[in-house]
This record gives sequence, C-alpha cells and structure tokens, in this order.
Amino acid sequence: MAFNWDFIIKFLPNYGMATLLTIRLAAFGILLSVLLGVSCSLVLYFRVRVVGAIVRGYIELSRNTPLLIQLFFLYYGIPKLGILISSHACAIIGLTFLGGGYMAEAFRSGLESVSKAQLESGLSIGLNSFQMTRFVIFPQALSVAVPALGANCIFLIKETSVMSIIAIQDLMSLTKELIGMYYNTVETLTILVICYLLLLLPVSFLFLFIERRLRYAEFGL
Amino acid sequence: MQNSGFDVLLSLNNMRRLMQGLGVTLEIALISVMISIFLGVVYGLIMTTKNRAVYGLCRLYLEAFRIIPILVWLFLLFFGSALAFGSDLDGLLVSVIVFSMWGTAEMGDIVRGAVQSIPIHQRQSAEALGLRRIQVYRHVIIPQAVRRFVPAAINLVTRMIKTTSLVVFVGVTEILRVGKQIIEFNMMKNPMASFWIYAFIFIIYFILCYPISKFSKRLEAKWEC
Amino acid sequence: MKIQTERILEIEGLKKVYDGKPVLNGVDLTIHRGEVAVVIGPSGCGKTTLLKCINGLETHQEGVVRFGGKILGDGGLKWTLARQKIGMVFQSYDLFPHMTVMDNVMLGPVQVQKRPAAEVREQALELLERVGLSDRQKDFPRQLSGGQKQRIAIVRALCMNPELMLFDEVTASLDPEMVREVLDVMLGLARQGMTMLIVTHEMEFAKAAADRVIFMDEGVITEESEAREFFKSPRTERAKRFLNTFYFD
Repeated sequence: MAFNWDFIIKFLPNYGMATLLTIRLAAFGILLSVLLGVSCSLVLYFRVRVVGAIVRGYIELSRNTPLLIQLFFLYYGIPKLGILISSHACAIIGLTFLGGGYMAEAFRSGLESVSKAQLESGLSIGLNSFQMTRFVIFPQALSVAVPALGANCIFLIKETSVMSIIAIQDLMSLTKELIGMYYNTVETLTILVICYLLLLLPVSFLFLFIERRLRYAEFGL
Repeated sequence: MQNSGFDVLLSLNNMRRLMQGLGVTLEIALISVMISIFLGVVYGLIMTTKNRAVYGLCRLYLEAFRIIPILVWLFLLFFGSALAFGSDLDGLLVSVIVFSMWGTAEMGDIVRGAVQSIPIHQRQSAEALGLRRIQVYRHVIIPQAVRRFVPAAINLVTRMIKTTSLVVFVGVTEILRVGKQIIEFNMMKNPMASFWIYAFIFIIYFILCYPISKFSKRLEAKWEC
Repeated sequence: MKIQTERILEIEGLKKVYDGKPVLNGVDLTIHRGEVAVVIGPSGCGKTTLLKCINGLETHQEGVVRFGGKILGDGGLKWTLARQKIGMVFQSYDLFPHMTVMDNVMLGPVQVQKRPAAEVREQALELLERVGLSDRQKDFPRQLSGGQKQRIAIVRALCMNPELMLFDEVTASLDPEMVREVLDVMLGLARQGMTMLIVTHEMEFAKAAADRVIFMDEGVITEESEAREFFKSPRTERAKRFLNTFYFD
C-alpha cells in the first residue's frame, strides 16, 4: 500500500497545531504541578499540623484516581454547581490536580533523603530553618528528585492524550476525526506516533542528560 | 424545591448498571494483570541476560511503551486491526491485548530490577558455601527478589486499574459509558445527575485503588532491610 | 596547668532521657577560656550526646548549660546565636556535598553572620592555607580524601570565629595515615589558645594536647583530672580498665 503523501502534506498544519496545543497545556500543567508539589512536600516535611492532613488527603486522592475520571468530574460535573470552566482551563486544572500529587511525592522523598547529619551540620553553623531549606536541604533534595521529576513530566505529557474527551482539539481527536472522514488510517496513525515521539523523546533525553550531569556533581561523602 | 439530583444514585437499577460497568473495567484489568505477571516474569528474566543484542531488543520494547501513551497504543491496535482484518476488532479484546503488552513490559522491568538489585556478594557468599547455581537461586536470590518484586507489582496493578479507564475510547461499555447513558436518560428530569454520577465514579476509583496502593506501601516498608 | 581564666562553659546537673533510657545522668562540667578538655570513655557513655546538648542539636530534660554566663536554649541565649560562637566538627565530616570547598566554608559567615563576602573569602583562604588546603578551594567534597574533608570541616567551623570548638570523634572514621594530619591541625589550634572540648579515642593525642581529661561512664563524669596525672594513675577502677584496653602488653 502506497503512502498518501498528499494527504500528509495537506493535514500537516493541523498536526502542528494540535502538537503545539499539547505542548502548551502540558507546559502549564507541569509548571503548576511543580509549584503545587513543592508546596505540598514542604508542608509534609515540616509537619505543618492541619494543612498536613489536608495535603496528605489530596495526594492520595490525586494519585489513586485516573485523570480521565478527574476530567469528567471537572468538566461535566462541577458546572452543575454553577461554576463554569472552559475546556482549556479544565485541562490545566486537571493536569495540575493529578501532577501535584505525583510531584509532591517526588520532592518529599528527595527532602527525606537528606541525612540527619547534614541537618546537624547546618544547624551547628547557626543556619535558621529558612536558610537550612534554601542552602542545605532543597539543593540536595532536588538532585535526588530529578529522576522522579523527569518520569513525572513524561507521565504528564502522555496523560494529555485523554484531553479530547473534554472537547480539546488535540492529536487524538484529530486522528479520530481524520480516520472517520478519510479512512487514511496508516498515514494518520503514523503521524500520530511521530508527533508523540517528537514530543516525548527530547524530554526523555533531556532528563537523562541532567541526571548524568548531576551524578557527576553530587555526593561521594 | 429543586431536586438535588442525588436520587439518581439511589436508584437500584442505575447502581446495578454502574457496577456492571465497573465489572467490565475490572475484568480487563484482572485478565491483563494475570497475563502480565506470567509473561512479565519470563520477559524480566530474559532481560537479565548479558547478551547485549537481546537486552537491547527487550529494552526497546519496554521504552516503546514508556514513551508512547497507552491511548495511542489502543488507537493503533483498534484502528489498525480494522485496516488489517477489514472489520473492527472488539474493543474489549484490543484493550486486553494492549494492557497485557504494556503490563508485560513494566512487570518485566520490575522482575529485572528485583533480580539485579541483589548485591553480587550475596551470590558470591552463597557460591562460596558450595551451593549449586539452582540452589543459589532457590535459597538466596529468589526469596530476596520476591520481596522487592511484590510491592512494585501491586503498585503496577493500581496503575493498570486506573489506566483501564481509557477503554471507553475504543467503545467498551464500562462504568464511564454507563454513567453517560444514565445521565443522558435523566437529562430532562434530573439535570444534576452528571455531577453525582461523575463524583460517584471518581470515588469508586479511589476506593478501589487507595487500599491497594496503601497495601503495597506497607509491604514495602515491612520488607525493607 | 594553665592559669584559671574566665569560665566560658558551665554545665550543671545535665540530664537527658532517650527512649526511656537515661543517656546523661547529671553531668556537671566547667570549661575555662583557653582550655583544652578531652572527654574519653566507653562507647555509649553519653560523650556525643553531651557535645550535642551544648549547641542544642539535642535537647536536655534537666539541668542548665551556660555559655559566657548566659543560659542556653528556651528563654535564654538563642541557639542560632550560640551556634555562631560554638563551632562543631563531626565524625562523618558532613560537608555539604553540593557545594565547593569555598562555598562550604563561606556559607555560615555570609548567610548567618551577614559578613561581607570579600572579607570572609580572605579569612577562609588564610585558614585553608593554615590547614594546607588552599589549592582545593574550588573542589567538591567528593574529590577530597577523608582527612582533607575533615580539615575543611574544621575550617568551616573556624571561619565563624567561634569562642569554643567541639570535636566529636573527628578521626574515628579516617584511615590511620590520615588521622595525623587532622590531629596536627587540632594540636595547632590548641597551642594558639583555642578553647576546645574534644571527644576522642586517640589516647596519645589526648596526652599531647589536653589540659584536662574528663572520663565519662554511664551518663556521668566519674573522673576529672589533669591529663598527665590521669594517664599515669587513674583514680577509678573503671578508668583503669578502660585505659588498659588500649594496650596489648
């Protein structure tokens, strides 16, 4: 079966648009997840009382439910309470709700990997708790958390593939539409896979690179 | 007074249909998990090979599932099968195939990690005692590897249950689709139905996954040496 | 024996219980400015805990610790202030692995004491010179040997201009040939009149450097005497037995 190049060229701009949309949603989602995750992990690390319990509940909720179900509830359920959210906002909120829990766990285990001896060492030169976090704990926690952060980023980008369910014109909805209209299944699916590879491989390699760099720079106590 | 709409969940009939939908999801997850464990152990042991070509191939297979979203795999098989066989393969079958392929890859990596995580001197001291290769595995390697394998494998099960929610995309009538049908049916007399139904499905998934992931964490903590 | 000067550290009736077990069981100790006191005793006798109670890394239940006449801790001299004047060096060096040698040394003076970076750098270089490591300022801790790391840890504490230095078994995890280079640095400090409280198992070093030896057992100080006297004729049976474990004949 010959590849229909004309078809591909004709719809390439559509694929470009859909990919860009995915990048935009994922970027916002990841950024906000990291912010939410760092805050949650610090709340847990410093054992803030009431907030800690809420954060723990949130993390369990976000990690033990699928994004798809979270999105359905956000997009079709919540508006019934009179709160209207656009599909783009929904996508970003959903991604942040999901990602925040995963990011929080990644940062938390990083924070906890910093040894007691390091804390004592920092205390013994008179650092206060903010200075401790800023200069001693966080930099070390971050380098430990990098592999998990990378995995989370890739996970979140992949999760954007369900966004078509809330009327977002992403790669999946484009694919479905084109197959339905033109039956150029081979071409459509091929471009779909290529687009996702273009999206994810660079991120994957970037984190591999960072990890390797960090391994050189760290530890060896 | 306006109807709060909660009664949509109190209907015995609705509840039974939702549970049937959930059953379909769980069935896909369960069958896939079984196949994954079986094939995953084989695949994982192959991956511990020192043969670089074999390892490279295995690795490629694993990375393919790690990089490309599962939903894309579902599309590939679903639409691809239509092309190859002229008619749609059943969504249920496609789902089980994709989840088993993915599960095998992940399960295999867990097995490989568990076997390789055992320090070399464990093997060496066993050999120094005069144990034969098979005895080394039976008494030293496998008991330790199992303790690393089980928590991670259970954790993978929750991931697979969560991911089975995707089967709605390939036309399987599972809990989400049933929910949608109930909502559409009640559109006129109960506009709040979608809030309650989706909240319910959300909670159901949580109730399903939370205890399992908690259990896996507890096992992990218990077996940590 | 040195002339008795100002009391810099006074500990009275210090008690600490950990997990229901008493670790410190009423410790009284006074250290004078310029004095070098060495604490010895069997493992688990509370030596390390004693040091950590002095700069608040461990909290005690009863008794008081006074530094320069002021009570430390709750309601008294704030720990973050006290720790600037009390330097501590640990057994496991505990340099910050993500910072260069220079950054390790400068962190406290610049961030805590808010001193100008240029001035701190100058002092740090001088101190590094003194321990023979001025050429390693741009290295990361993992590039250094154990002995070098420990000397940097000493410099890190010294750069805060402390009035009292605490040393917690600083040579215990070093290879034998590296012990000397660290002890030499400490000996130099002692000769310059630094006030030091040292927990160690290096008996020869204690003989050479200590003004006073403090023998601890089961959470209390059981013997306290001038160094030479202690090693020649310990008063208690327990101390005698302890010293004997260091000789094979």
